[in-house]
Amino acid sequence: MNNLLVVILGMAAVTYGPRLLPFFVFTNREMPKRVDAFLKCIPAAAIGALIIPSVFSVTPDMPLAALAGMTFTMIFGWWKGGIIIPVLGSVAVTYLVLFFAV
Amino acid sequence: MTRQIEDAVKAGIPIFIGYVPAAIAFGILSKGCGITLLECFLFSAVVFAGASQFIALNLLMTGMGSGGIILTTLLVNSRHFLMSAYLSTRIGRFAKRYIFLMAFGVTDEVFSVLSFKKGPLSKTFIFIVQLFAYTAWVSGTVAGYILGGFLPEILTQSMGVALYSLLLAILIPEIKTSVTILILTIASGLLNTLLIKLDILPKGWTIIACILIIALAGSFFMTDKVSEKVCE
Repeated sequence: MNNLLVVILGMAAVTYGPRLLPFFVFTNREMPKRVDAFLKCIPAAAIGALIIPSVFSVTPDMPLAALAGMTFTMIFGWWKGGIIIPVLGSVAVTYLVLFFAV
Repeated sequence: MTRQIEDAVKAGIPIFIGYVPAAIAFGILSKGCGITLLECFLFSAVVFAGASQFIALNLLMTGMGSGGIILTTLLVNSRHFLMSAYLSTRIGRFAKRYIFLMAFGVTDEVFSVLSFKKGPLSKTFIFIVQLFAYTAWVSGTVAGYILGGFLPEILTQSMGVALYSLLLAILIPEIKTSVTILILTIASGLLNTLLIKLDILPKGWTIIACILIIALAGSFFMTDKVSEKVCE
């Protein structure tokens, strides 16, 4: 069990490091145009890779259920905007699909 | 100031709603792995990194040693280096001591919310959003550990979708105003799928590769006009 504490502290250190370091490197520094454009593209690139394809393994027996939930988010979010209803709604839709399909 | 707090609370609540179910799932899984409530709590309170905590539990179950698990975590979480790099261009002049606390809370979802906030980021805004995220993650973890056995599996699975729909919901307003963002997002997702299928990179590195490749490609195609739109 002592071993698990080592794992937790080690993980904390290697998680914190990459989150902290860039603030020392980049903060308050004039960036070349190309680097600036690169950094600005990071959010969209990151979110795309974070969602696809991991979301399909959330409901491993039926990837379509997760897809249905995400489709709800897309449609409602596009139509009405907001975040709370699209998020809670996606959970509800996914649940309903799993509930009636299994 | 009041406006800042109001905006931050509005941005924080959705993260809270997305995190609680995911954290509950983590709590349930930890209990199933036979670790104690205190250890489970420490995982979320000290590491505070969603995906890699789930991966660590899996690896623990396979019997992997501490070194291997920590190394995997480093690989998986290196993507936050890129996210912090982006955020560091958006914050104004900060006293160094704030940076130490702020860096702790750079999760995927906090990053996503912060990156698409219009205008410069104030420390009040950042810390309130992070506090929502942290409270949700830690309290959800403990709740999941304690109450987990009572929830049916399809409900916990469904709750796992919340994190992804949160990311998508954050992105939708940006997609509506910029085709470039839509293309970058889809391209990155497709590339990630391809890289995972090819199985040439260690777990977690596919996302880093996607961010690097797609953001680099994007920086070539991005006109100044579009790049201003993305930022402000």
